[in-house]
Parts: sequence; structure tokens; C-alpha cells
Amino acid sequence: MAEYTLKVRRFQPEATDEDKRGAYWDNFDVELDPTLSVLDGLLQARDGEDGSLAVRCSCRAAICGSCGVKINGQSTLACKTQIGEAAEEAERKADGESTTSETGKPEIVIEPMGNMPVIKDLVVDMESTHWEKYRRVTPWLMPSGPPPEREYIVSAEAMVDVTQSVACIQCGSCVSACLSMEADPDFIGPAALAKAYRFVGDPRDGQTTERLYDLANDQHGIYDCTHCFSCIDACPKGVAPMNQIMRLRRLAGHDHDIQDVNNGRNHELAFVKNIEKKGTLDESLLLQESFAPGIKGKLLPTIRSMKGLIESIPTAIRGIRTGKMRSVPKLIPGVHHKLPGDAQDHVKRIYDKTEESRIELNLYVIGEGGEEEGAPGAEGVRAEDITAAAQAEEVTPS
Amino acid sequence: MPDHDVLVIGAGLAGQRAALAAAEHGVSVGIISKVHPIRSHSNAAQGGINAALAVDDSWESHAFDTIKGSDYLSDQDAVEIMCREAPNELLHLEHIGVTFHRNEKGELGTRAFGGASHARTYYVADITGQAIMHTLYEQLMKYADLIDRYEEWFTTELALDEDGNCVGAVTRNIKDGSMELFRAKAVILASGGNGQIWHPTTNALICTGDGIAMAYRAGAKLMDMEMIQYHPTTLRGKGFLITEGARGEGAHLLNAKGERFMEKYAPNKMELASRDVVSRAEQTEINEGRGFPDGTVALDITVVPRKRIHEALREIVLVGRDFAGVDITREPIHIKPGNHYTMGGIKTDIWGRTDVKGLYAAGEAACVSVHGGNRLGANSLLDTLIFGRRSGEDAAKHAAGRGIDRVSRTVLEQEERRVQAIIGRERSGRRVSEIKAELGETMDSKVAVFRDEEGIQSALDTVRRLKEEADGAWIDDRGTIFNQDVLGALELQNMLQQAEATCMAALERKESRGAQFRTDYPERNDEEWLKHIDVSLNGDGPELSYSPVTITDWQPQERTY
Repeated sequence: MAEYTLKVRRFQPEATDEDKRGAYWDNFDVELDPTLSVLDGLLQARDGEDGSLAVRCSCRAAICGSCGVKINGQSTLACKTQIGEAAEEAERKADGESTTSETGKPEIVIEPMGNMPVIKDLVVDMESTHWEKYRRVTPWLMPSGPPPEREYIVSAEAMVDVTQSVACIQCGSCVSACLSMEADPDFIGPAALAKAYRFVGDPRDGQTTERLYDLANDQHGIYDCTHCFSCIDACPKGVAPMNQIMRLRRLAGHDHDIQDVNNGRNHELAFVKNIEKKGTLDESLLLQESFAPGIKGKLLPTIRSMKGLIESIPTAIRGIRTGKMRSVPKLIPGVHHKLPGDAQDHVKRIYDKTEESRIELNLYVIGEGGEEEGAPGAEGVRAEDITAAAQAEEVTPS
Repeated sequence: MPDHDVLVIGAGLAGQRAALAAAEHGVSVGIISKVHPIRSHSNAAQGGINAALAVDDSWESHAFDTIKGSDYLSDQDAVEIMCREAPNELLHLEHIGVTFHRNEKGELGTRAFGGASHARTYYVADITGQAIMHTLYEQLMKYADLIDRYEEWFTTELALDEDGNCVGAVTRNIKDGSMELFRAKAVILASGGNGQIWHPTTNALICTGDGIAMAYRAGAKLMDMEMIQYHPTTLRGKGFLITEGARGEGAHLLNAKGERFMEKYAPNKMELASRDVVSRAEQTEINEGRGFPDGTVALDITVVPRKRIHEALREIVLVGRDFAGVDITREPIHIKPGNHYTMGGIKTDIWGRTDVKGLYAAGEAACVSVHGGNRLGANSLLDTLIFGRRSGEDAAKHAAGRGIDRVSRTVLEQEERRVQAIIGRERSGRRVSEIKAELGETMDSKVAVFRDEEGIQSALDTVRRLKEEADGAWIDDRGTIFNQDVLGALELQNMLQQAEATCMAALERKESRGAQFRTDYPERNDEEWLKHIDVSLNGDGPELSYSPVTITDWQPQERTY
């Protein structure tokens, strides 16, 4: 048994007390075994101290997905976070800061999930946000033609592959953590896009191309993701939503050759080409290459590409102002600095190597922790993420 | 006042399946759930679903295993229906998208499970229940114009007409606290089991058996309430479940001396004997001092190849790591029997009809009875789907062509007053949470794997005292928006009514059969007790009666594994 202080972000919509109007912080002292969960702590506070403390919860075992919250700033499930570990994390974060309670112990900070409106305390409105996005991806199987007499014959690997997305419990942790959604609330988002992959990757579905076309051309679709990894960190079930989004992009752009209205595919290719050529990002070429790729694009830009370029000017200016684009001279083609020594050759070699195969990693079945158990074709990729029975699917390169 | 031809209460597998089946028959359907449907406890069914689909398997073999597993207390006509209809239901699930495990030929593949003579358990890793339930929810999206969903609405009471027919339900919208009277031509209760009466339990916090209690108050009979399954492999203290699939994949049970003790209790089936048999074996080892000091025995999964563990038992790897601090691929995990499943429930016929006209029940809330004294692993998902569908179909037929009755609003006003009275209670007496904790500990120590008259009687006395205390128990939350506190008080009243019925039935059955093992009556006694015990509410108290067990082809035999 140990003592902990839970610092809970509360909102009581019907509060009449002056100090409880709007959101406020409330501390609860609880005493429990360090191996129990933050949810157990919250329930102890609710059962013993304040029954009006609202938090959705049910299974206590990271299966039902009810108790998504932010703990010390990280989106996760309250039932899956051990309270002892949360306290250690709070201590690390509090180092040098003044977030300790009166008793001198670090406070475990618990807040409602982000990107969703708060209804009461830790309960957020998932219906108008998460579930609405879920419904946007036509979330049911659409086979072509009537079903067979027995089962569909499909490969074991294909079923395991989509089972990574099927493992999603719709807890909303990834939605809460999504940085792109903070910038664009209409972004379909990590959970719904992982759901979309569940159907796109299912050989029984008959609408693969149509689904990909819609997802690529949606202004808030697959190209809205900025590749920040937050959803992978937040997901309690190893769904790795961002990986599913990247797979959707490869399927849409590469395998189905979908030229999307968002120019997402070309932008991505421009990025890859740019780094291959220069070693680091050359902003002066990126925009032009994104909208009007190659020599043909330079000599004979289409109206669409011109329009796209012009529309990007405000973004470029904002980039310069905020320091994201490093300096104005760097925007002049050719001024981009060269990498020192033979660094450029190293970059090139990475490209040569990675072009040999395309590896689809299924984190669902490989577990975590660095155990070598022969993941074919997975050498050279970060070992802590991919181990054991990596589901490796090799595809001929372009 | 929302009107529906068919109103389904509870949105786990049985409820969603019932709603979809009713909608297919062209009637208007509403489905109510106190949590978002995909939070329902069907999620927790890990191991799989049984069906005799393989060419060398037969429904008769499945039926016999089920009946033997039930210790001959199941109704054999119902078991026959479930086992005959299983293959088609499984194929239906596959066709709508469930990602069942495949063999190397790309066909559906199986795993072994307890009490079964054939490997007939179909599965999705160890998230089978979740995979099926999310697929059904996808179908609810597909048929959204036929099925109205009421997500996070808590049903407090059924509405009856003057003749005692069920004509709707009173429900509280959790988001704003408003109460509504839903009118319906048929109501299907699919609101799950009551594991929260015990502590610890594998069951989720929502498993308070609300539907069972509401049906009981509405005059329906409850059946086999003494039959409570203790699952052989749960984590001590927390009650988390380790799937039977682990033993299906080959894991061993060991006592503290490292002995594979099942050799003594079930030399043929070993770890894959019926759950009641394995749980009793474990408890015997623990009671006789051959367990670990923390009151457990060990489940050794390390004998299963690691790649297979990661592929087929992924959830258990996470449970071990996150909740027990054990890497199950490297070391044994300590487990013990824990409360798991309500075999009994609302008595229904093979179409889900209860004793109350217009009222149906399906899934864990119901007792058809296909599980009798002991449910086989991977038969619960099947039960929910087969009898969920059948209830939906029959309720739709019942509703078709009937007009909607005028329903008195008296019940709505009465329920509003009841809820308001709880919210306004004085702060004296005990907290709801304290009473619930005492109930859980009492039931787990006295109405568990081994029982005797003295223990059950003392549990019953405690339950009756707690019932009185609960009538005055106070809560903190005085609000309307998301007042979970008041829902907890309503759930407690429901749980106490069911606990009383369970104690009464357990006291009455003076023999040992399936999950009911009486140390004072250690033998099965077919002559006197091959019958169901029914409990109904008479005035304020329970009343016991009996009903016969339906036997078709399988005469009771001695049960060995």
C-alpha cells in the first residue's frame, strides 16, 4: 500500500458554488497497492469521498475502452496505467516544477481526453466527435456479390493483418492525442482511418478502390496526417493507427495510382525525392516539386499546379515568419547547403537499401520488447519496435 | 414518448443480434444500452465460439458435450437447437466480416477447448467476443435507418399493462437525467449477467444483472439461479480473466510442488475438463495446502511456442504484463478460480419468451437453459447469438399486426419519484459503495466453489440485512447530468434482489451438480434433484417452485473427464 494524490481536472456543469463554475482542479488522496491502476485510484476517490466524480469505466482490464483520459499529459486508459508508475512519471515531470501537493508527494495529473468536448469531469462527448468520424468511413464490410455457400477462402496472413485494426477498442486515446486534429478538427483521424484500413485490407471487401479514392480525396483524409507518432504512443492495444494510415497512403498512391485533389501523393513523392537528392529538406524545391513535378512540370505547369502554388504562398510566408522555413535565401533554388563529407552518399545508400523491399509491419502480433526471433526482412529497422513474429509482407519495389 | 415495435434492452451480442434479426423482419426497432454498445461485456469473451462445422464433427457430438458439461441440468431441446444452428450462424458472422482465424488452406481454423470432444472452437486471436461485437455494431451502422439506438440510457423498470403484459420500459437518459416511457409491442431483455454481486469477479462493473431483476419484479420466473460459474484461471484479487484458450493451446496447471495435478482429477481431459471440475480441483489443491502462499496455483503457458502465444494469445500477454507484472511467455502465472458467469437467469422457452407476455430474454440474462449446471467454454457467445436471433425473430412476429397499446404513465411517474427519492436521501446510514463491497465479499466467501448450508444461510442473512440498509443508503451526486452515483444505487437494489434468489436456490438444492458443490451433500442425486429450481417474486419475497428438465436423447450418466 502506498499513498497517492490524484489531481483531477473537473467540470461540474450544474455546479452552483462560485468556485466550481467552469473547469477547476480537485485533489484526492488515495491509498492503494502500486500495482493497481489509476482507475482503481479514481474509483476509491469516488466510492469513498465524492460520488459525483464522473468517469466512464467498466471492464477494468483494457478491453471495453471506456476510461480514456490523459494521465500526466499522456492520452491512455486509466485502467491500464499502474498508479505506481504514474506517480513515478509525475515525479519525473515535476522535477524542478511546483506540481507537488501539500504533503510533498508528486501529484498524478488526470484530465479528460483532448479533441472532444467535456460533458462532466472526465466524461467527454465522443458521439459528436469520435463516433461521427467512425461513421464517415462506411464502417462495414461490402463484399461484391452474394456470399459463398461456406466461408470466404482467404489467407491466414490477411486475417491476422486486419486483426491489428480489429483489435481497436474505440477508446479514443489516439483521437485525444492527435496533433493534426488539433489543427483541423474535421480530420477523420487515427481511429477512424485505422477502421478504414480494416476494410481496405480485407480481401473479402469489394469496394477497395472506391474506399481508397474517397480517403485520398477527402480534404481531411489520409494526407491530413503529419506523421507525428502520437497516436501510436497513445494506443493501448498496439493498433498503431499511424501505420495503418501510411499503409492506406501506399495503397492509394502507389498501388492504385490515385492522383488525389489534395496533391498529397505528389507532395509525399516530392519529399522523398528531395531528401534523396539533397540529404536534408530543401524547401525551395519542395513546393514546386509537389505541385509541378519534374522537368515537364517546370516547363509546362498545369493551371491546377499554378493554382496550388499560388494558394501555398501564404503558408510559405507563415513558415518564414515562424521560423519553420529557416531563412529567406534558402528559398532561392540552388542556395541549399550541402551535407558535410560523404553524408550525402550515406543517405543515398539508405535509399538503395530501402527500395529493395517494402515491409508491412504488423505490430499486433509481434509484441513489444527486444526479442530476436527471426523477423524476415526486418533487419535494420528499430529493434525495440519490431521483433519476434513480425508480420512481414514483401512487395516488389517500383 | 418513443414508440417501437420491438424494444431491445442491452446491446451486447445478444441484444445487437436480436435487434438485427427483428429489423430483418421489417418491424421498427429500438435498442437501449446503459453504456455505448461496444463497451458491453461481450467484449471480454476471449477464447472463441463453438460450432460443429468441420466435416468430421457433428451437432450431436457438440450437443452431447454441452449436456454432459451441464451435468445434465440443461434442457436438451434447447441444446439441440443451439448446436444445430451453430454452423449457419458462424458462417453468417464470417460473411458479414468477422476476421476468424484461417488454416493454411484459407479455410476457417479451430482450437481445442474445455469439455469438448472435438476441436470446434472458432476464434479471432483471443479477442473473439470483441471482434464479433464490433462487427455486429458495424451492421447497426449499416441498418441505422431501421434501428434506433439509445446509447447511454439506463432502464429502471419495465412497463406492464393491466393484464400484466409487458408494453414498454422506463429509461433514464444518462446525459441529461430525463426519464422517458418507451412504448413497445415486445421487449427483449439482453442486459447480461450479474457477476458484480461477487467480488472479485471477471465481470465488468456494468454486469449487475439489471434485466434479471426487472423481469423478476415484473413477475417473470428466474431459473437455475444457484448455478454460478467460477472460471479456473483468473488473477487473484483483481479477478482478470486468462482465457481457457491458453489451456486449449496446451498450457499446464501446476501446484506449488510443480505437479500437474489435473492427472488426479481428470486423467483423460486433464486441463481441458469442464470448468466446474477444473475449478474444484484447483480449490482442493489450494485448500489442502498444495497451492502457493498467496492462495493460487500456477498456469504454465511457457510450454506453448512463443510465436503461437504472440499470435493466438496476444491479449493474455498484455494482461500478464500490465496487470500481473508477469511475462507469460517466460514464466508461469499465478491463478485461482474466480466468479465468471451466470448460468441461471430469466426463464425462457426456445424462442426467448418469458412467463410475462410480450417480454423476451436472451444471452446471459436468460436461462433457456442450454448451460444447466455448468457452461462449456465458447458456448456463451453461441448462446447469445442463437437465442438473440430467435428472440428477435419471434418478437418481430409477435409485434407484427398488433396495435400499440395505450400505456399508463403511472409507472413513469413512480420511477421518477423513486430516482428522485434516492437523490434526495439524507446523509445517514451507509454509502452505496460500502454495501456493495460487503455483498461481494460475502457471496465470494460463502456462495462460491464449495458451499454448505451454514455458509449459504449466513450469506442469505447478510443479503437481507444489506437489502434493508440499501433502502436508506446515501449518495453524493445531486445532479441530473451524468449522475452515475444514482445509477449505482439502482444497480445495488437490483443486485441484492438477485443475490437473495441465488442464496435461496443454493440452499434449496441439496445435492452437488455442476457449479453447485455442497460439501454437506457431495453427490449428485438425480432421483430428487434432476429438476430446475425456479424463483419468482411473491409480494415482497421470493417463492420457490420446480420445473422439469427436458430430456430428449441423452439419459444422465456418471460424469468423468
